[in-house]
Order: sequence, then structure tokens, then C-alpha cells
Amino acid sequence: MSTITRSGVSRPAPAKAPRGRSRRGLRGNPTANFWLFTGPFLIGLALFVYVPIGWSLWLSFFDARFTVTPSEFIGFENYQYMLTNDDFVGSLITFTVFAAFIVPTTWAFSLSLALLVNRLRFMQAFFRSVFFLPTAVSYVAAALIWKMSIFSGVRFGLMNTVLGWFGADGIAWLASPDPPWYWLVLVTVRLWLQAGFFMILFLAALQNIPQELYEAAAIDGAKRGRQTFWYITLPQLRATSTAVILLLLVQAYQAFDEFFNLLSNATWGRPPLVELYYIALGENQDYGAGSAGAMILTLLICVVTLLQGKFLGFGRGDESK
Amino acid sequence: MTTTAPQLKTPATPRRARRHGVMGSAGLYLATSVAAFLFLVPFYLIVRNALMTDREITGEEWKFFPTDIQWGNITEPFDDTSVDFARSLWNSALVGTLHTVGTLLVCSLAGYGLARIPYRHANKVFYAVLVTLMVPTAVTFVPSFVLVSSLGWVDTYRGLIIPGLFSGFTCFLFRQYFLGFPKELEEAARVDGLGYWGAYWRVVVPNSLNFFAAMATITFISGWNSFLWPLVIGQDPSAWTVQVALSSYMTNQTVNFHLIFMATAISILPLVFVFLFLQRWLVQGIAQTGIKG
Repeated sequence: MSTITRSGVSRPAPAKAPRGRSRRGLRGNPTANFWLFTGPFLIGLALFVYVPIGWSLWLSFFDARFTVTPSEFIGFENYQYMLTNDDFVGSLITFTVFAAFIVPTTWAFSLSLALLVNRLRFMQAFFRSVFFLPTAVSYVAAALIWKMSIFSGVRFGLMNTVLGWFGADGIAWLASPDPPWYWLVLVTVRLWLQAGFFMILFLAALQNIPQELYEAAAIDGAKRGRQTFWYITLPQLRATSTAVILLLLVQAYQAFDEFFNLLSNATWGRPPLVELYYIALGENQDYGAGSAGAMILTLLICVVTLLQGKFLGFGRGDESK
Repeated sequence: MTTTAPQLKTPATPRRARRHGVMGSAGLYLATSVAAFLFLVPFYLIVRNALMTDREITGEEWKFFPTDIQWGNITEPFDDTSVDFARSLWNSALVGTLHTVGTLLVCSLAGYGLARIPYRHANKVFYAVLVTLMVPTAVTFVPSFVLVSSLGWVDTYRGLIIPGLFSGFTCFLFRQYFLGFPKELEEAARVDGLGYWGAYWRVVVPNSLNFFAAMATITFISGWNSFLWPLVIGQDPSAWTVQVALSSYMTNQTVNFHLIFMATAISILPLVFVFLFLQRWLVQGIAQTGIKG
């Protein structure tokens, strides 16, 4: 408010009318101003989002090994190569398994945390902060703690130490795909990093549920706890739950950091982006196949986004505003 | 006063909790405390390992606390010659700051233009931005790398910072925010003779500092923590960010536990600082961005 008053006072009234008119030329012209405001962003968006995708689409039809200006057109061969490549298809399966674990687990766990924290009367802020704190940690740092300390395959790793206390043998958590203990490592690290974030979303949603609903239910004789949870809380959280599940899915699709660091020398457990990294930036630098892979992944995620918009109407409310 | 965000109210203590009884709340606090304890274990391990000698870390007996706290470990990551840790910290600080300033500047202007300046084709422009939201930038890192490498930006600050500035999502969030900004304030500015540009800088921005702070906090954290793009761009160790440096410790031939964990602790410290002092904005930012994501 103070800003307005100040600028109002500083301009003497008589000078205003004539200057205002000339100003309408450039400063008041909506079209010119629209481009002035959005121009820098749009140029950047075109150059760093649209151009790379276009270029990549072009590359995906060429034999582009070690070069980004190839000359040998090979049609759909790169796509054919990627779709029949066991590693790439396997990475899509890895993603599917990972999503099947991580999405429901994180959803249930962060919802439980939110329900717990929401019912606390003392130290609510403290517990909320504790659960939220891991959000500040990077995937790399967390992977390091998990790999070098908690799930370290050696004797002095935390989990193996605990197993030792119970007289059990140590486990090579990450060094071998059989039995697939590495999934436990991957799922717990992401759970630790993400649960607090989604707990915040659920907390916000929980606090928006009108208390009257619970009061009305109590009058109608609903038992507190299970009944109110299934018939009031959960249905009221539907929008948030949907959003959370979709966010989790999209994030699992982009998983890279923890897989790359936890399984750095492994040939198993590679999600799509890690596979793509090794194809395009590994020894072969095959930009053609890498681009084809990127196009396939982009197409997949577009289909998912569109389906989600169609069936759930998520995000549509914002656009119609 | 101008935020439209769902604010997190502190204890909206449900009345039903009171009927819960002593046993119920004891169980509640027990469950929450166990979960909180488990959540803190990784932090404990960082501090424990960072302040121990390697002999104690790898010793026969598990030690919960260092016998002698090794304060000298603090300087070790900086003396280590195999990884230039100080340089990587500086790179991260610089990249994180410029990334945040740049993103906020470019995306807020565009968001305001899309929300508030009448233009015939504004909707079409907006759809061109929305389309990019469907494709997460991580998925297109190969195409982006192709472009950036042909610009000769590999191993440069430009390459690390500029491609990440144009976030369709941040622009979208600013647009949503500005749609809810009170029109009366801008109209008052107009009456005072300010153009769009003047009204934006003198009235809109000063009255939106809360939202800017929330976006800045989130943008900085994600910039500091990002790994894939810095890994792809920083091929020479001189261009490594702190995350790439941490990652390289894990694949090194010789493993120096206390050094690695001290480096990890140092890399997390700035964010814990941000977290402790800016938590209000962080929570607000998440409540705002998460739901719409």
C-alpha cells in the first residue's frame, strides 16, 4: 500500500494529463507490453525446449553416432533398434516394478504420517518438521548414506550390524540381483526423501475438511476411527490422493539419481533414464538411438498425461478460470 | 496479504481427539515418535561417520558415538586432492543462486504477462507453454544435451544455468498466482500514471514478496540438489557441482569413509539452514506447487 501512496504523491497532478497521453503509446499498449513481459521466456522456451525436441526428432531418423549433424538417413531403424533392445524394454519393466512398489507405499505412508501429525496436540510443529526434514536432502546424498552406511553390504553397515545382533548373517544388499534386496534399498531411500513432502500436501487437505462433517457423522451414530475414516476422511481426500498418485508416478518415471548412484556398476535395475544415459552418453555416444529412446519416453508420458486429463479432469479446473 | 495459497493452520486440533483417552494419545505419540526416530537415523549416521576415524567406523564393535570427536575431519574434504570439493561447493552456490534469480525473473514476468495483459492471442501462447508441462525436462535430457553441446556450452556455467531457466511449470504457477492478485491495486497504479512495466515493479512485485520467497526457496533447493543435468554438462571436474562431486566419491577406488560423510554433511548444511529459517515459505510453496503439479 505504501508504494502506491508514495508514487502518487511524488507526481505533481498538473503534469499528469499530458504525459499520460504520450505514455499510452508504448507503456500503455497491451500488445507491446505482452511481448515485453513474455518475450524473454518464450524465446528461451523455444530455444531450449522446442528446438531440442525438434532436433532430436530429426536425429532419431539418422545414424548419429558420435555426431549431432549426421547425414545418413535410416528411417525407423533407431526406433526398431530401441524397441527390440532388451535393455531398453527391460528398463521399462524396471520402471513398472518400481512404480508398483513406490507409488502405493509412499501414498499410504505419507497419508498415515499426515493422519498421525494432524491428531497431535503437543509438539505438532516439531514432528511435522522432523518428517519434512529429508525433503531438503538430495537424492545423491541420500543414496550415499544408504549405500555406504545403512545398506552397506559389509559387516559394519547398519542393517548388517543389526542383523548381527540377532545372530543373522549379513546380506549383500546391492551387490547381487538375486535375491533382489536392492529393491528394498531403492524403495526405502525414495520413501524417506518423499514422504514428508506428500505428508504436507495431505495435512493441508486434512485441515480443509469441514469439522461439521465429523460432527454430523457423530450425531448419526458413526463410530469414530474406522467408519469416519472410510466414509468421510478418505472420500474428502480424493482430489489430493489423485494428484499425489499422479505426481508419484511421473516422478518414478523420471527416476535417475538414486538408481545411478546406488547401482553404479550394476547391469540390473536400470530405469529408462539411466538406460538412455548410457546409450547416448556412454561409450557409443549414439545420439540417434538415444533420441529415438527419448521420443518413445516422451510419447509414453504424453499419453499418460492426456489419459489422466481425460479420465480424471485433473488440472482442467485451472484452465477454465 | 495477497497470498491466495492454502495456508497451513497450526493445530486445528480436532475436537474428537479429546474423547480419545490417555491410552489413545499415548499410542499416538508412541507411533509418531518411532516414525520420527527412524526418520532421523540417516542424519545421525552422517554426523556419526563424519566425526569418527575410519578405524572406528569399520571396527569390529558398533560404536554409537565417536570416542574422540574428530573435529579435524571438517577440513579434510577441502584438503583432498582427488576431488576439488571447495570448487564444487562454489559452483553449486553460484549456479544455484543464478538459477534461482534467473528463473524467478523470467518466469514471473511471463506469468504476469499471461495473466494480466490483454492480448488477442494470449490463450494460444499459454497453450504453447502448457504443452511443455506434459514433457518433464528430465526425459528430454538427451535432446537438450545435443543442443547445448553444439552451442559449445559443455563444462560452462552458461550450460549449467541457462537451459534450466525456462520452466513452463514455474511460469504456470506465477500465472495462477497473478490471476488471484487484487486488480484494484493495479488500477490504482494506473490512475497514478504508471504503465504495465511500472505497475509491475512498483506495485505488483512489492506486494507479492511472500509468493516470490516461496518460489525462490523451492527453486534454490531443487537447483542445489539437481544431479542429472550437472552430471551430463559437467564432464570436466572443474565444472562439477557438489552433487556430482559426492557421486564421484562413491565410485572412487579408495574409500575414505569419514571424508565422504563429512563432505555429505557440508553439502546438506546450506539446505538445513534454508530449512530452519525459511520453512514457512517452503511449506507454503509446497502446498501451492504440489497440489497443482
